[in-house]
Amino acid sequence: MRWASRQKASPDLARALTICVLAMVAIWAVDGATHVMLAQSPFGGPRPSAEPQAALQVGGIVGWLLAKQSEFYREISSAIRAAKTDGHAVWTLLAISFVYGIFHAAGPGHGKAVISSYLVANQETARRGIVLSFASALLQSLVAVVVVAIGAWLLNATAKTMCGAEKTIEIASYALIAAFGARLVWTKGASFIRALQAEPSASPLALAGAATHDHSGHGSGHHHHHGHGHDHHGHAHSHVDHDHVHDEHCGHSHGPLPDELAGPGGWRRGFGTIFAVGLRPCSGAILVLVFALAQGLFWAGIAATFVMGLGTAITVAAIAVMAVSAKDLARRLSGAREGGGALFMRGVEFAAAGLVLLFGVGLLFGYLAAERVTCF
Amino acid sequence: MGKMLRRLSRLVLLTVAVALALAIGPRVAQAHPHVWITATSELLYAADGSVTGVRHAWTFDDMFSTYALQGMESKTRGVYTHEELAPLAQTNVESLKEFGYFTFAKADGKKQKFEEPVDYFLEFKDGLLTLHFTLPLKTPVKSKELALEVFDPTFFVDFKFADKEPVRLVGAPATCQISFHRPNDGSARAQTLGEQNFMNGENSNFGAMFANKIAVACP
Repeated sequence: MRWASRQKASPDLARALTICVLAMVAIWAVDGATHVMLAQSPFGGPRPSAEPQAALQVGGIVGWLLAKQSEFYREISSAIRAAKTDGHAVWTLLAISFVYGIFHAAGPGHGKAVISSYLVANQETARRGIVLSFASALLQSLVAVVVVAIGAWLLNATAKTMCGAEKTIEIASYALIAAFGARLVWTKGASFIRALQAEPSASPLALAGAATHDHSGHGSGHHHHHGHGHDHHGHAHSHVDHDHVHDEHCGHSHGPLPDELAGPGGWRRGFGTIFAVGLRPCSGAILVLVFALAQGLFWAGIAATFVMGLGTAITVAAIAVMAVSAKDLARRLSGAREGGGALFMRGVEFAAAGLVLLFGVGLLFGYLAAERVTCF
Repeated sequence: MGKMLRRLSRLVLLTVAVALALAIGPRVAQAHPHVWITATSELLYAADGSVTGVRHAWTFDDMFSTYALQGMESKTRGVYTHEELAPLAQTNVESLKEFGYFTFAKADGKKQKFEEPVDYFLEFKDGLLTLHFTLPLKTPVKSKELALEVFDPTFFVDFKFADKEPVRLVGAPATCQISFHRPNDGSARAQTLGEQNFMNGENSNFGAMFANKIAVACP
């Protein structure tokens, strides 16, 4: 089949390029649309009047989450005050912070979207998704504590100065996400194009071969992506992408193959993601920490921040697992048609990679308003 | 084969939906207050009956007040004079510019512009900071119907008007009638927000639902 795809290379390449261009256009269209939508700020755009109100009554899960998290957040300050005189109130504070973290992660930042897209793009396992979610939340808490410890406690800097530091960190974080997304798009785009090239060459013989291959690779469980969950130590290539109709033969000119991306080295890349995402502290945590410091209970603020991070991690992990499972399901279902299935999955990965890039660029240039850094 | 293609296209649709949901996620999350403001506003009128501007007094919640005061020097511990707070007030009004001072006015349906704030100062009382500032209208306007909205479109700041005398008219013609609509109470109004709301492009500026609406009719 390899040879077949080689022979067809030139018309396929043209087709692949066309589709690639179309994909880019689509991405920019979405980007533009996002821009336009968000540009309808109070300065320019029309505002919904009373009539949307009726439509809003439908499905209030998000609304409920938002209401709850506001409630808990407001209770944090009174809990910290209470903890000054009553030691037991610290437990209340921790309990509130934990629940707040869970609800709060329904909010912006915290890398839900970025982490989920990354996992889908990079064929990661749910298990790895959970680990990455917790690590990024932990890092986020840590950064918040370090910013306040150095800024407020050590240097007694003003809120304005700390805010400047926060903004710098924020920009760095978004730039890293964008860079990461660009890298993913590059590699995933290459796999996608290869899948496109391979597609028409999927002869019955190739299909049969791929099917056998597939069964041998996935026999042990459907929860794993391409065998990631299996023991890597023995065989460096145990995680070869079985849906892929062709192999490394045509990979040399196109950058790394998916199996190169998702091996043991994937952990390093994974931690790159959480670094990018977790670098940016949560404004809420900063406020809580400064408030606790002013009340002379900095340690309670630190404890609250980490517990909050734990709550956040649970939500982010849950969303990440959902994203991975959805992709698993899609892969299994699309596996019914071998050649197309591989193409489809490469397409999904490519799209997810595009999303990571989009998030990074969007956040960086303020198209996507994430949680605002408190600077006034 | 055709059946499989259909199945495949359904899957593509599903994935696109998931991706969209993920993409919209960050926007959903804008509704995310971290600062609570208790506000009172005064509409200022000139002798000829035209509106000249708005005078706001915004009291920040205790957590944000504490945060804002971080690193501020004062002669007496726990007491901050207007002078000591002057640089902070300066920062406040400068930063608020980017957000249009969260104040949006229309006179007879026509959008009005504001000048930079004047007479601004911060007051520290009972652990809370109150920012006072006056927003002059670029051009004073005489209008039958004046609409003023105070809110944060991104809902980072939750504006709640004071229970007593939330809005006052200063020097307005006697015939002018004021009406004030606050968004429903915090929790209740947030609960009316549904997923629909975020998916629907028309409602993308959903922060407007948190708007405090002031209307003055001067027949």
